[in-house]
Amino acid sequence: MGSSATGIRPSSVRKALNPASERRRRASYWKRNAPFYLLLVPGVLYFLVFRYVPLLGSVIAFQDYNIYEGFWRSEWVGFKWFEQFFAFAHFRRLLWNTLAISFLQLLFAFPAPIMLAILLNELRNMAMRRFIQTVVYIPHFLSWVIVGGFGYMLLSPQVGLINHLIRAIGFDPVFFLQEPGWFRPIIVTSAIWKEMGWNAIIFLAAIAGISPTLYEASRIDGAGRWRQLLHVTVPGIMPAIMILFLLKIGQILDVGFEQIYVFLNPVTYSVGDIIDTYAYREGVLKGQYGMTTAIGLFKSIVGFALLIIANRVSRLTTGERLI
Amino acid sequence: MSYRPSFAERTFDTVNLFLLLAACATVLLPFLFILASSLSEPGAIIRGEVTFWPRGFTLEYYRTALNNEMFWRAFGVTLFIVGAGTALNMGMTVITAYPLSKQGLRGKHVLLMMIVFTIIFHAPMIPLYLVVKSFGLLNTVWSMIVPLALNAFYLLICLTFFRGLPEELFEAARVDGMSEYAILWKIALPLSKPIVMTLSLFYAVDHWNNYFVALLYINDYELRPLQLYLFNLIAQFNMNETLSNAIEANTMLSPQGLQMATILVATVPILLVYPFIQKHFVKGALIGSLKE
Repeated sequence: MGSSATGIRPSSVRKALNPASERRRRASYWKRNAPFYLLLVPGVLYFLVFRYVPLLGSVIAFQDYNIYEGFWRSEWVGFKWFEQFFAFAHFRRLLWNTLAISFLQLLFAFPAPIMLAILLNELRNMAMRRFIQTVVYIPHFLSWVIVGGFGYMLLSPQVGLINHLIRAIGFDPVFFLQEPGWFRPIIVTSAIWKEMGWNAIIFLAAIAGISPTLYEASRIDGAGRWRQLLHVTVPGIMPAIMILFLLKIGQILDVGFEQIYVFLNPVTYSVGDIIDTYAYREGVLKGQYGMTTAIGLFKSIVGFALLIIANRVSRLTTGERLI
Repeated sequence: MSYRPSFAERTFDTVNLFLLLAACATVLLPFLFILASSLSEPGAIIRGEVTFWPRGFTLEYYRTALNNEMFWRAFGVTLFIVGAGTALNMGMTVITAYPLSKQGLRGKHVLLMMIVFTIIFHAPMIPLYLVVKSFGLLNTVWSMIVPLALNAFYLLICLTFFRGLPEELFEAARVDGMSEYAILWKIALPLSKPIVMTLSLFYAVDHWNNYFVALLYINDYELRPLQLYLFNLIAQFNMNETLSNAIEANTMLSPQGLQMATILVATVPILLVYPFIQKHFVKGALIGSLKE
């Protein structure tokens, strides 16, 4: 499809030299590619309507949005909501909770699949390896509601397995889900339980891509299994780790509504209420559109900025980049 | 080369296997506990006698769970969302990715930038809610399908796959006078079976597991999908756990037993298809992880 090489100068020169052939060329391009443009119509409409219109709709963060007036006629209030929520006690709590949970996830849930992949890779028995992989992938396919249900059942003070064990060794049952101190550990543990196996796939693929000659060379140099793991496997998957770490940084304010909402209750709001759960409760359920959109917009902008910054830092320091 | 593992290596292997089996146990034991509980008598559940083996076998919970009309209604809604949603998803993904995979299509780069931008920058929840509302989609099954018609990330995966197809084949068909639509339908798609399978499965599981959209857009009890039905069931029983136990301890049913049975019944479909789809999922995850 050579007709598409549209360097500016050649085409303008051609145009000047022979306007008639230029017209024909352009007509034939459109004729040939019209089907492609037609195919693109639904997809483009989708992105405009469900991605870009809501983006423009975010202007209600600067309005005293009134559902009957719509955003064309609602009153503009400038940065009122932003000023209000920066001063708002709830906002600090929301931001802190979101960051705290995100940070804990980064600390514990992020390395878990890496370690799992490394351990799986060291397992020499292939049948056993396949069995273990099959089992650890399963939770990924359960919804957060089901995982939450499992959590409720296991942790219930009356019927829960964990509390049976606690009682059996002579302690009082713990009301795990009613206790703020347990909320974050439960969130992190359940995240690891659900996604550790699935997330290990990418690292397994990265390990499979390491050249076997590196292992041989290190063995000749006298490295045992542990040394090989440390000096060949880990550096070998470092690029994959960096890329996924970058992605995580960009999502630092996106903790996962579905998971948090399943476990959250009024008793644990103090430690578990995040920006998204608050936006759902106050925004959708109570109709506080302007305020919660301002908070949501803040979240999106911070996430976007973090991703861009992390990407640049990583490109400069490690050479790995996302965009 | 005859190779004798050293003591250190054998220790390493043993510890490794032990750790991995422990990981498997943490996945399997909760299932076992919940299965055992869902088959045990209420008294045994509440007294905490059930561990991994049912105490006082009963199928009453399953009978009640399966006789619930609301359960089947929610199940039907979910089946519709998974079926119609996935079909729409795949149609949209293919027809959008295909042209974008063509070299030299003008405006392609702008469109790609637009799509990638939506992956890294999300609009807040409320404006999207208002858009869905303004289309009159609230409280309809379409609210759980149409706003999710395309996933930008899956679109890029599909696009990368299409780029790898041999252009000569399409050129030959063009010379033979085939229309571009026929080429897509009769040549590109049959060659793309692996990616179509994989992405359909991704989309289907996403639909099956999603309760967030239903939570946002659905008020009508009749239109609740399965996950939202389960969510309400679990939340409702746990809110007054103590109270309900006092009332129902003497009857044939304990609310927890019913919850556990319902959860398991709702898990069965995914566990049944899991062995068949596993290899596709792994393949898909790998395709998805490839950098362009």
